[in-house]
Formats: sequence, C-alpha cells, structure tokens
Amino acid sequence: MTEIEFLSWVRGPGFQIASVIFVFGVIVRLFEILMLGRKANLAEANGSEMSGGVRTIFSRMAPESDTFKRSRFTIVVGYIFHIGLFIVIFLFAPHILLITEVTGVGWSALPTPIVDMAAVITMIALAAVLLHRVKDPVMQYLARMEDYLVWLVTFLPMVTGYLAFHRMGLPAPSLLALHILSIELLMVLFPFTKLMHAFTFILSRWYNGAIAGYKGVRS
Amino acid sequence: MSARLEQAVHALKEQIDAPVASFLSSCVHCGMCADACLFYTETGDPKYTPIVKVEPLRRVWEQEFTFMGQLKKKLGLAKPITDEFLAEWESKVYDSCTMCGRCSMVCPVGNDITYMIRKTREGMAVSGHVPEGLVGATTRAVTIGSPMGVKFPALQAQIKHVEKDYGFKVPVDVEGAEYLCMLSSMEIMNFPEYIGAIAKIFDHAGVSWTLSSKAFEATNSGIQIGVSDIASELVQRIVSEAERLKVKAVISPECGHAYTAIRWEGPNLVGKKFGFKVRHILEVLDELRKEGRLVTEGMEEGRLTYHDPCQIGRRGGVLEQPRNLINMLVSDYVEMPDGGKMNWCCGAGGGVSTIESADEVRLKVFQRKKDQMEAVDAEGLISACSNCRIHIEDGLEEYHMDIPVLSLTETLAEHLVDKE
Repeated sequence: MTEIEFLSWVRGPGFQIASVIFVFGVIVRLFEILMLGRKANLAEANGSEMSGGVRTIFSRMAPESDTFKRSRFTIVVGYIFHIGLFIVIFLFAPHILLITEVTGVGWSALPTPIVDMAAVITMIALAAVLLHRVKDPVMQYLARMEDYLVWLVTFLPMVTGYLAFHRMGLPAPSLLALHILSIELLMVLFPFTKLMHAFTFILSRWYNGAIAGYKGVRS
Repeated sequence: MSARLEQAVHALKEQIDAPVASFLSSCVHCGMCADACLFYTETGDPKYTPIVKVEPLRRVWEQEFTFMGQLKKKLGLAKPITDEFLAEWESKVYDSCTMCGRCSMVCPVGNDITYMIRKTREGMAVSGHVPEGLVGATTRAVTIGSPMGVKFPALQAQIKHVEKDYGFKVPVDVEGAEYLCMLSSMEIMNFPEYIGAIAKIFDHAGVSWTLSSKAFEATNSGIQIGVSDIASELVQRIVSEAERLKVKAVISPECGHAYTAIRWEGPNLVGKKFGFKVRHILEVLDELRKEGRLVTEGMEEGRLTYHDPCQIGRRGGVLEQPRNLINMLVSDYVEMPDGGKMNWCCGAGGGVSTIESADEVRLKVFQRKKDQMEAVDAEGLISACSNCRIHIEDGLEEYHMDIPVLSLTETLAEHLVDKE
C-alpha cells in the first residue's frame, strides 16, 4: 500500500467504518442505559425532579469552594484540557470544513495560531493528567488499564495532528493519514469505554439533581 | 460459585437501574470523591475513596450489562465476584461509609455515589459479609422492635418519669390525634428529655399528638444493613399504627436515617403512597413558629453553631427550618465552614455507630468535625439527631474538648414561655 492509498483508505472506508461504530455504538449504549428505567417514586415530593435535574447539569460546572480547595489540580487541569480539546476539535478551520462536508452545518473558525497554542496547552495538560495518574495515591489506587488506554487514544490525535500541521518527521500525506487513523481509533473505542462520559455525564447529572430535587435539595 | 454468592450477585443485578448504569458509565476515576469524604481526608488512605466502595455493584453491572464486560467475561479477563472479594469489601461498604452523601454533591460527572452504596449493601447483606454489630441491631429491630432492644415497658417507665418531671401528660394510643410521634431507642434510653420537650412544646402550641405502644421506634436498621424486606417490615409497623390511630401525620424524631427511612424510602419500600404525611420534628416546629404558636423568652448564651445531620439536611431537604428556629433561640449563632448542605458528617451515621470494628476509624475521622468547630470557636453545638449527638459527645471527649452538645427541640422547649 502506498502512502496515498493509505491516506485514501483512512479518509474513505476507514472513516466510514469508524463513524458507523461510533454513532451506532453511542446510540446503543445510551439506549441500554435508559432502557433500564427506574421505579416511580411513591414518596410525597418536596420539589421538582425536572428543575433539580436541569439545574445540576449546569451547576456541577462550578464546584463548591471547599471542593475547589481540595481538588484544585484536578479541576484546573481538567478544565484546561477539556476546553483545549473543544477548541482544537471544533474551532480549527480544517475540522470545521470536514464537519460541514459530512453534515452540512458550519461555523466560523478561530485563527490558526490560537488553535495551535491551544493544542500545545492541551498536550501539556494531558501530560500533567498522566503524571497525576501515576503519582497521586488515590489516582493510582483507582487506575485500571482502561484509564491509560483512553488517555492514549485521546493524546494520539493531538500529537499526530500537531505533527501533521507542522509537517514534522514524515511526508505530509503519511502524517495526515496517521492523524486520521488515530481519530478513528478514538471513535471506535469511544462507545465501549469511559469516553462515553462525554455523553452520559448529562444523564448522570440529571439523575443526581432529580433525586436531590425531589427532596427539595439543590445538589 | 456457592448458592449464597449467586444470590448476592442476583441481588446486585436487581439493584441496577438507569441512574446506576449512567453513573458507572460516567465515572472517569478523577478521584474527587475522595476529597469529599471524611474517611479519606482524615486518614489519607486511598482505600476509602467513595467510588471504590461500589466496586461489587460495578463489577456486576460491567459483566452483566455492558458489551465490553460480557466480552471480557467470555475471554476470562473479567475480575470475578468471589467470597474473598466481598469479604474484603465489607469494611469499605459498611465501616467506612456513613452514606452521608457528600461525595454525591461533588462528583463532576454527577454520580450519586451514595445512591449506589445503598444499593451495594443490598448485595452485601445477601452475601452475608456484614458487620456483626449491624446484624445484631437488625435482628433486635425485627424480633424485639428496637435495635437497642427497648420494649414498650421501658418506654412506659420513661414516660412516667417525664410526666412527673415536666408536669405534662404524654398521650399514648390516642385515636384521631393529629400527629403520631415516633422516637428512637437512643432518645428513650439516653435522652428522655426529648419526650418531655415535645410534650411541653405541643401543650404550649395546642397540638394534639400521641405515641403508639405498638410502634414507637422510628429507626430502621433494614436500610442501614441493606435488606429492603426488613426495612419494609419496619416501615409497615409504623404505617399500620398511623392508619389505626387515624393520624394526619407521622413525626420523625431527632434522628437522621429514621427520616430517610420513613419519609423518602418508606412508601417505596412498602410499595404504596401513604395516606398520611411524614414530617421531621424540625419541620413541624418551624410550621408552628410560622403560625406564631411558639412564644419564647430569653436567648442561649455563648457562641453556638449547628451541625446538620446528613440525612436531615443534605439527604433530607430540612436545611432552613433548623436555622429559622435557632434564630429565635440563639443570639450569637455562627455557621461552621461548609455548614448546610455541604456539612461534614459526624462520622457515625449509616450504621457505623453499631459497628465495633469501626470504632477506631470513626473517632479518627471526627477530627473533621473538630476542625470545623474550631474554625469558628464554637462554645456549643446544636443538632437534631441523637446518633450524631452521642457520637459527637464521644468525639469531643476523645479530643479533650469541653463543648456542650444540645438538641434543638429540647433547647426550644426550655425557652418557651409558661402558659398562664
């Protein structure tokens, strides 16, 4: 397989396969969760489930002051790499072009140097997250293979994308092909790993807020 | 796999619903729940990380409800659920978790970890890996009617003392009363002043109320140990009496988990909506205050603070009422850091106080309460849970602190103006 054939495979059939697994996988997983349902609450309500649930979806973005003091590193670095990932994935001109090509929807991009800087900051933050995972006793106690796997498949597209953009190391088509391949790996693993939190956190926060809201507590 | 273990796995499987599946799908192992749990913050031992405590439930979910888990199981890569594993988890699930719910307020993806620990206990109880003290308390609750083995004659004797000391009649088995008052054994045995206090307050406010000779115990070991069948039976005793006496409402005493048991879990345990209301004593007192039926005189002296019992505040929704009442009684009130819905547990709820093997750790983690009180130089502490009260008194003694612990209901009773 030549360099160009490799690139056309990852852009064509490879991308299609990954997209199908990603989209169907995520839908099936969400369906699996919601299908389990939950029992109706027979206790007299002291507040609204719906408003409690919706409230917590947003309120969990701002930690309580004691929580911030105690978990400062996790919160700050977590925010940095999540915002960074958002900028790099959704506000980089070539990515928006691809999204427009597939879905027909588009929006304006951030200037490339800003995205480039965001990419560097995100990679540093991800490296810090890994270091924290290895060094911190609680993080170490919780760690399983899957934690390192999802870290790796999040980090790889960042590195390959950065190298492809700056044309470092390999010929451009190969770099681009590797970048796309790494994203396909992420997409394929997404529905089967904790990467699913990107969708399920909305359900979890809603349930949490609803359970508390029913009792009249703002969680 | 032994039959019992199989039943335990089945019991865990039964507990899995959409919230559990979404929580377990969302956890990214960030470790923030550890920072929210006094068992971790005061010991620094990662084994106390809250999400770790639900591992038995998580394994069952992963292996039975997810594609990857089933694949791993087929390939022999899944971590099995064994008796040794559950035995190891016993102290994590019971000794070092008071189901205070603080971790559930902090988790960034929104996991209600406490909701899952409550469910994990259902499986643990079936497996038999349960602390002895909690088994004893539960057995006594079922056979005798009280986790401390208190029978009605003991209550009757206390009622006699109280009537003599306070000069108010304590009604028993009065049909058609507005309220059926429940008690905890701890109040009957250690704080009978509480009975005197409600007799005085209800006389003052002209409230009709009664105790029941058949169901006076409000606590529910069934929910602490995690056996819904037992929990349901204990709730049903109260429901039957409330219906027999045709009361409008049942009052949960100054006890945290009793309120959760009858107010929030109760109807779900017995499988029907109640035909009467359930209120915490603080809710009733605050209603009386609003209606202007409580006339008080004088204020408490010294700098006082309030400890929110977890099941009444964060897990129960009774947060404003105690503060409204305290306003009437305390001039120098001070809120502890994190007071209110983010308050720290005393360290002995959720059954921990009945577990002997947890004695050391519960006193160690009391350090958190100590720090909270010292941060505001509290000269006295008011609370509304006799279990918190006993443990806080224990903790204060352990740390050589001379600070009185007051009951809010009793404090209110002391300040009522005598009727003419």
